[in-house]
This record gives sequence, C-alpha cells and structure tokens, in this order.
Amino acid sequence: MTAVAPLALPALPAAFQQSNVDYLAILPLLIVFGTALVGVLVEAFAAREKRHAIQVGLAVVGLLAAAASLILAAKHQGVTMGLTDGSTNRQLFALAIDGPALFMQGAILLMGVLGVLTMAERFGGVGPDAFTPSGASTPGSPTESAAVRAGALTSEVFPLTMFAIFGMMLFPTTNDLIGMFVALEVLSLPLYILSGLARRRRLLSQEASLKYFLLGAFSSAFFLFGTALLYGYAGSVYFGDLSKAIASGPLAMNGLLLPGAFLVFVGLLFKVGAVPFHAWTPDVYQGAPTPVTGFMAACTKAAAFGAILRLAYVGLDTGRWEWTNALVIVALLTMVVGAVLSVTQTDMKRLLAYSSIAHAGFILVGVLAFDRKAVGAVLFYLVAYGFSTIAAFAIISLVRQNGAEATHLSQWAGLGRRYPVVAGAFAFLMLAFAGIPLTSGFVSKFAVFSAAVGTGGATGTVLAVVGVVCSAITVFVYARVIVLMFFSEAPDDGVEVVTPSVSTTFSISIGTLVTLALGVLPSALLDLADRASQFVR
Amino acid sequence: MTTMSSVPWLTIVGLIPLVGALLVAFVPGTAENAKRMALGFSLVTLVVGIVAATQFDRASSAQFQLGEQHSWIPQFGVSYALGVDGIALVLILMALVLTPVCLLAAWHDVPVEAGPRGAQRAKTYFALLLVLETFMVGVFAATDVFLFYVFFEAMLIPVYFLIGRFGGPRRQYAAMKFLLFSLAGGLIMLVAVIALYLQGPGGADGFLISRLTGLSLDPTTERLLFFGFFFAFAVKAPMVPFHTWLPDAATESSPATATLLVGVLDKVGTFGMIRFCLQLFPEASQWATPLVVALAVLSVIYGALLAIGQTDMMRLVSYTSVSHFGFIVLGIFAFTSVGHSGSTLYMVNHGFSTAALFLFAAMLVRRRGSKRIPDFGGWQRITPALAGIFLVAGLSGLALPGLASFVSEFLVLVGSFSTQPVAAVIATSGIILAALYILLMYKKIATGPRPEGLVGAREYDRLDDSGRRGLTVVRDLTTREKLVAAPLLAAFLVLGFVPNLALDVINPAVDKTLSFVQEAIPNLNPAGTVAEGSSK
Repeated sequence: MTAVAPLALPALPAAFQQSNVDYLAILPLLIVFGTALVGVLVEAFAAREKRHAIQVGLAVVGLLAAAASLILAAKHQGVTMGLTDGSTNRQLFALAIDGPALFMQGAILLMGVLGVLTMAERFGGVGPDAFTPSGASTPGSPTESAAVRAGALTSEVFPLTMFAIFGMMLFPTTNDLIGMFVALEVLSLPLYILSGLARRRRLLSQEASLKYFLLGAFSSAFFLFGTALLYGYAGSVYFGDLSKAIASGPLAMNGLLLPGAFLVFVGLLFKVGAVPFHAWTPDVYQGAPTPVTGFMAACTKAAAFGAILRLAYVGLDTGRWEWTNALVIVALLTMVVGAVLSVTQTDMKRLLAYSSIAHAGFILVGVLAFDRKAVGAVLFYLVAYGFSTIAAFAIISLVRQNGAEATHLSQWAGLGRRYPVVAGAFAFLMLAFAGIPLTSGFVSKFAVFSAAVGTGGATGTVLAVVGVVCSAITVFVYARVIVLMFFSEAPDDGVEVVTPSVSTTFSISIGTLVTLALGVLPSALLDLADRASQFVR
Repeated sequence: MTTMSSVPWLTIVGLIPLVGALLVAFVPGTAENAKRMALGFSLVTLVVGIVAATQFDRASSAQFQLGEQHSWIPQFGVSYALGVDGIALVLILMALVLTPVCLLAAWHDVPVEAGPRGAQRAKTYFALLLVLETFMVGVFAATDVFLFYVFFEAMLIPVYFLIGRFGGPRRQYAAMKFLLFSLAGGLIMLVAVIALYLQGPGGADGFLISRLTGLSLDPTTERLLFFGFFFAFAVKAPMVPFHTWLPDAATESSPATATLLVGVLDKVGTFGMIRFCLQLFPEASQWATPLVVALAVLSVIYGALLAIGQTDMMRLVSYTSVSHFGFIVLGIFAFTSVGHSGSTLYMVNHGFSTAALFLFAAMLVRRRGSKRIPDFGGWQRITPALAGIFLVAGLSGLALPGLASFVSEFLVLVGSFSTQPVAAVIATSGIILAALYILLMYKKIATGPRPEGLVGAREYDRLDDSGRRGLTVVRDLTTREKLVAAPLLAAFLVLGFVPNLALDVINPAVDKTLSFVQEAIPNLNPAGTVAEGSSK
C-alpha cells in the first residue's frame, strides 16, 4: 500500500518552470504547424486565382521539408518539452522523440504528400475537384449555385489537412494521456470538416461529417473519462508514472485501473475503426471526398496505431495481463466482422472501408504480440497499407460516370478491357490488400502473423490462424472486384476513367510502386522499422 | 548440401520467359508476331534449360546442384536460394518441354478482335502463359521454404487470369473456385511455414530447407505442421475430397491452360509432399500414412468411377487425373524407394500423357464444336490420324506396356505392395477402370456411325458431286498440330522404353529423401532399389 500513494494530490508544478525544449527534436512538428498557419494567411491574402497553386505548393514543400528535418530530429532523440516541478523528473506534456514516433512521423509526412497531391486534382476546374466550392451552403440551394457561378474554390482544405497532419504527428509522439487527448482533437477536428466538403452527393457527405463528429466526440469523451480514472489510479497521467504505479499498485485499486484502461483504449480503437467501434467507418469512408478518404484511411490509422503502441507498450505495459484479453476479443471481432461484412458490399468505397476494418484487426494481432519485433512489424504494416490505400482511393476518384464518381461495383464491370493500365494497377492493389506474395500486403501480413506466432503464445497462434482464415475470406472480395473488371463484359453506360493531372498520376504511381517494391525488396524498410522499434520511457 | 554454381543457371532459365512475357505483352505489333516471339522465348528457355541440365552432375543427383543463394529478407530469415536435385530437375525439364507445346497448341485459342487494341487480348494470353513458366521453374527450384511459398501462391494469379479471362462460359465461377480452394490451402500452409521457422534454428537463413531438415520436433507440433503443409498439397494435387475445383477449372479454361494446370502445377502438390512433408516431418508422415493412403486409394477408385460417368470430354480427362494423382500419392506414402521412384517418374509421365489427352481432345472439340462425347462417332474415318494419336494418348493414360505410364504405374504398385498390400491391391483395380474409361470414350468418339453432315477429306475426294451435297469436310491434323503431337508421342516412347534416362537421375534423390525418413524412423526398411530391367 505504501509503494505509491494513489490518492495523493496531483503533483502540479510547485512553481512555474521553463521547460527545456530541444527545438531540433521537434523541428518536423514545428515546420508542419508553421506551414498550416501560413496556409491560413495565404487563404486570407492571396488572390483567388493563385491560391490553389500556392496552397498546394506550400503544403507539399512544408511536408517535404518536415520529412527532411526528421534526419535532424533523429539525432536528438529522447523526451523533450516536459514541464517539471523541479523536484521530480516527472514531465507533463512531454514529447517522446523516439524510434516509433519518428518512424510514424516520417510515414505520415510522406503519405501526407501523396494525400495532398490527390486532393489537389482539379480536372481543369478552378478549385480542387473533390471539394464543394461552398461547404456552408445548403446542398442544392441558390447560394451554392451562386458560389459555383462565381468560381469559388475551397483551397482551405490544404491548411486544414496540414493541421490534421500536425495532430497525427503529435498523436504517437505524446507521452502522457492529456497530450494524447490534445493531439487526438487536433487531428480529428479538421477531418470532421474535410469529410463534409464533398462536391457531389453533398447530403451524404454532410451526413458522414455529422456522424463522424458525433461519434468522434463520444469517443473523445470516453478517452477523457478513462484518463480521469487512470489519473485517479496513478496520480499522474504521464505514461512512465502509470507504468510504475501499475507495477507496484495494490490489487484493490484495479476497480479504477481496468475501466480506465478500457475507456482510453475505446477512444483509440475508435480512431482505427476496430469492432465494435467501427460503425462510423463505412459511412464516413463513403461520404467523405474520395481523396480525403484515402488520406484518412492511411494517415489516421497510422497515427492512431502509433498511439496505441505507445499506450500499450509504455503506459500500460506492466498491467498487460489485466487488459490484453479484452483487446484480443476486439482483434478477433475486428478481423471477422471486417472480412465477413466486406463480402456483402456493393459500393467500392464501403468495400474498402470494411477492408480497412479487417486490416485494423490484422494490425492489432501484431500489437498484441508484445515484442520489439512486433512493433517493427506493425510499423511496416502501417506504411505498406497506407501507400496502397491512398493509391486505391485515388484510382476510385478517377472512375466516373457523367462526371460523378462511379463507386457502385456494377459500374466497374469490364473496366479492365477499356482501361487496362488503370484497372491493372487497381487489381494489383487489390492483390496487395489480399496479401498475395510479391506485394507489400503479403510481407506485412507475414510480419505481424509471424510476430504473433513467435511471441504471442497460444493466443497469438489462434489470432494468426483466425487472421489467415479472414484473409482467405477477403481474398474472395478482392477477387470479385478483379472478376468484375477483367472477366465481365462492360455494359454500355458511359463509365470512363478520366485522365488525371500530373499530381494524381504521381501519387497513384508512387503508391503502386511502393506496394510492389515493399513486396519484392522489403528488407530495407523492415530493417528501418526494426531499428525504430525501441520506445523511450 | 547444395553444390553452388558459378553461373546462375536456374535464375536465367526462370528469367527468360518473364522477359519474354513483358516483351510479348507490351511490344506493339501484330498478334502473330507476338505469338512467334512467345514461342521463340519458350524454345530458348528449353534450350537453356537443357544446357543447364548438362551441367547437372548425374553421378551425385541426390545433392542439390546448380545452387544459388543470396540473402533476401534477412529479418524473416529468407534467402533467395535455388537448387535442383534429380526430382526437381526432371520436373522442371517436363515443364520446359510442355510450355512450347502448349503455346503452339494455343495458337488460335484467342481470336484477334477488331479495333486498334484487338491484338492485345491474344498478346496478354501468351504473356500470361510465359509468366506461368517462370513461376513453374521457381517453385520446383526453390530450396528455401519461404521462397517456395512465394512461388506457390504467386503462381495462382496468372492461372486465375488465364481461366477467368480466356475460359469457357462458366469461367468466372471456375476461376473463383480455383482461387479460393488454392488460397485456403495456401494460407493454412502459411501459418505452418511461420511456425516451422520458429521451430528451426532461426537466423538470417533460417528458411533454407537444409536448415529445417532433421529438427527434433515435439510430436504434436510436428503433426500439426505436417497437416498445415499436407492440406495445401492435397488441395493442389488434388486428392479426394479436395478435388472438386479441378474438373471445373480444367473444363472451363483453355486447353493449354488446363494442360499446364493439371500437367505441371498440380505436380507441385505431390512434389511438395516429397520435398516438405516427408523430408521435414518424417515421423508425422509415417503417423499419417494410413489416412493418406486411404485418401489416395479413394482418389484412384473414385476418380476413375467418375471419369467413366462423364459425358464431357475435358471433364473426363480431369477425373482421370484425380485417379492418377491417387497413384502418385500412394507411391510417395509407401515409403519404399521403388514406390518413390515410380511416383516421381509418374509425375513426369502423367504430365505428358495428360497434355496429350487435353490437347488432342481439344483438337477434336474444335473440329466438332462440342465437348460432349455423344456428339462424336466414327472419327476414325473422318480424321484417321487425329483419332490415332488420340488413341495412343489414351493408351498411355491407361498404362499400356511400352508406353511411358506403364513403367511408373508398375513401379508404384510394386513399391507400395511391400508396405501397403491392401491399398496396392485395391489400387490395381484402378488400372482396369482406366481401361474402361479410356476405351469406352474412344469407342464412342472414334467408332460407330459418323455424325450427320461431316466427312473426312479422303472420303470426300472419293464422292461424286451429288454425294458431296450437304457435307462438310473436316481436316485431319494440320502441320501445327503435328508439331504439337510429335514431342508428346516421342516422350511416351522414349520414357516407355528407356525409363532409366529419368530413373537414373531420380533414384539417388529419392534414396536421399528416404534416408531422412529412415533417420527419424530407424525400423522403417524401404525395399531395395529399382531392379534393373523392370521396365521391360
């Protein structure tokens, strides 16, 4: 009982102390945040006709500069920016600049570049094609048509995206629950807006935005409530303290620990779309503008899994046996529900949404292996999946009928005959999602499943077996798409693949090439992920 | 273990068709040129393959030779390691011979469509067949379990497209069924592959077969791993009750695809049983023998009975394969060197005889415009040469002495009689059933009254103008078809009369595999090696 004083008063700083900030270590974060702020100014001061070019250029340059500055940050690893009270080494609002954090930041930045480039697609119009020119107006109202006539454009999506990327980079970097909550909100709020800005099928888009917002607010509340309970348990929200408190805390206090850990996990699992917190995923994926969906699917998932890894491996690691079983059930449900429900989908975006749920389950299998190698496997998986998924959604945004996206499966029939290159790339990405050898999907599945069998014990083996069975189910889904595209006759209804600009072509090619490269020669990235798999405490 | 080679022969043999496939698919030009190019590449591959085979030291064919080894994914313990022993060598050579034969047979499978991109479909078809050849070489040559798995799974994709894009009316169903059956087996095997590595010594080359052989595994683990691998191979082979995908896939796909699928790809199943099940899990293999042998005998009889009942020519041929694969598995799990040699030789012979049956049947089907056996009749008189070679192919299928299959079937039965007498006796009745299904089919197709309105060229010449009215002339074998038939018939005769050509290479490798089993199970005593002259 005496090891910790769980009910002791919070150790607030006795006096304000200037925190020590290693600016080089957080340089990538600062660059992205700065770029976002400049983006807001551009929105206010730049002329309308130049805005699009400036915003896209600014965002891409900012992201690439931030990615380059990661090299500097990598030389300054450690915990930085914490507020200390001088007497203990407890650091609030601390940022852990360590391997997993930097790896995730790099992945989010590079995938963010591809995301921004797909969002920038104009198809010859004035503004980004995927976004409505006046998001605030009622769909179909005179205000809207007036905005369209006036040539309004929505270039504010780029600063919003940069803010979201900033939050995503912060998410796996923060080393305490409050910081994590702040990052969660910073990344979520811009995404709520972005989801509601689709140019076409605007009601669906606004519905998606509202659903995402309401459910997201719920999950944030869960996260905060869990944080409060954990604070009550450990007297601190800092992961290091939490871990120590669990190791030495009395069993009688588990009434606070277990619900607290569970609720915090709910908040995080919501973001990755794990069952039973997945209900928003198909609706939002379908309603959001397609480039945003791709960006969200890749980057939000990466950021949230980064945070889950840190919470599970640093904050709650000592109390693992208390909460693992719950997470095992979540992983099983996620894989099975994601795989089975993807079979019945008739909309391409919903299909990929359920596929992303299934993938979240596979990644959870890796998380639950509790091993350094497993961390590397999860990091690799997130990158591999992210690049494939951005390219896949970018391709979906090109398939059109009468100008609107043709997302119904039946509209894709016979696409391979008329557009063999685009359909071939999409089929290849489908094979990657299915985990066929010589694609990145196979290597990443192999990595997480071998980690699970290797160090996860009997539970890990069961998870891996269920994982491969679910993979087999999802193969049916992806194969069906290929059947449609290549083996079916095309109905004569004018579905076409519009010719994209350089930026979209670039992100599709890069996404597809990365998928191939990580399937054939994965060892460089595996090595990097493996070296980046050590958390700082 | 593996004799390294200074020239990466196996990589070269594997790469030539892949380069050819890319050129065939993407170089602009007429379909005819693309086909010639594809055939040229497959012939070059065959020549290079034969040159590589001359570098193979027959005296030590038990060893893996022509080896190559490079670290591929050291984090997983995966190497890019190739090498062939006698068993793999003969199977690769069979694949290299069958590919050009199939390409030639597939010449008119895909018509050139109108329009600027009309040739693309035919080009894609030939390119996919060449891609398949690359994977066939890779899967037999891999000496790393992971690499084998990669080829094993990746191979499905070109076949899936070949069936789904270039097949018959129910091709979508057949392609999906094929893919799902194979992947279900493959993914279960994946778990076993992962678990096997963890049981092994690990490290950056921990997936090499040589490092995973002779592990002392816990019996339960070994049995689970055995079933993980065996399930995938049993689906692939295909054995009853996992065979139902084969008749659909073989009937709905083009004849060339069906030939490569049944003739070569399915051999990966039986090859895998020898290379992986027996070598890596000898005790579990011994333990599972009663079940496996029962399934094998069931396949022999059940496949033959179903074949007798078929009215679709292609379906009939695929069911005969189910029966033949039963024989091969029986020989493998007899644990005698005679049985093993017989099974390996059987794999080669079956490749040629199935190819002949599928391709010659396809020639008949093309002329008649129907796959249904009752639609035929009297074809001896219409196309005597085609009916003749079809009979020879059938006789090879029913293991007539003097033709290749006889030797292997005989060896399998002799080899299994010493350890599995009951199974061998039951399986022998499969030979009688084989005579039934082949001869009944031949009778219905080639003898009896010919269909209304069809007439052979020679008979047509004899008729006067009034007699010719309303008759359609059916051509006998064209030059291209003769070129397709010649190598297959030659293979029957050569392997029928001089089986030692292949057996000399196979036997030491077989003995080596059995020595792994013997090490694990000392009381097992495989009967002596193949008796001299048993082929005559």
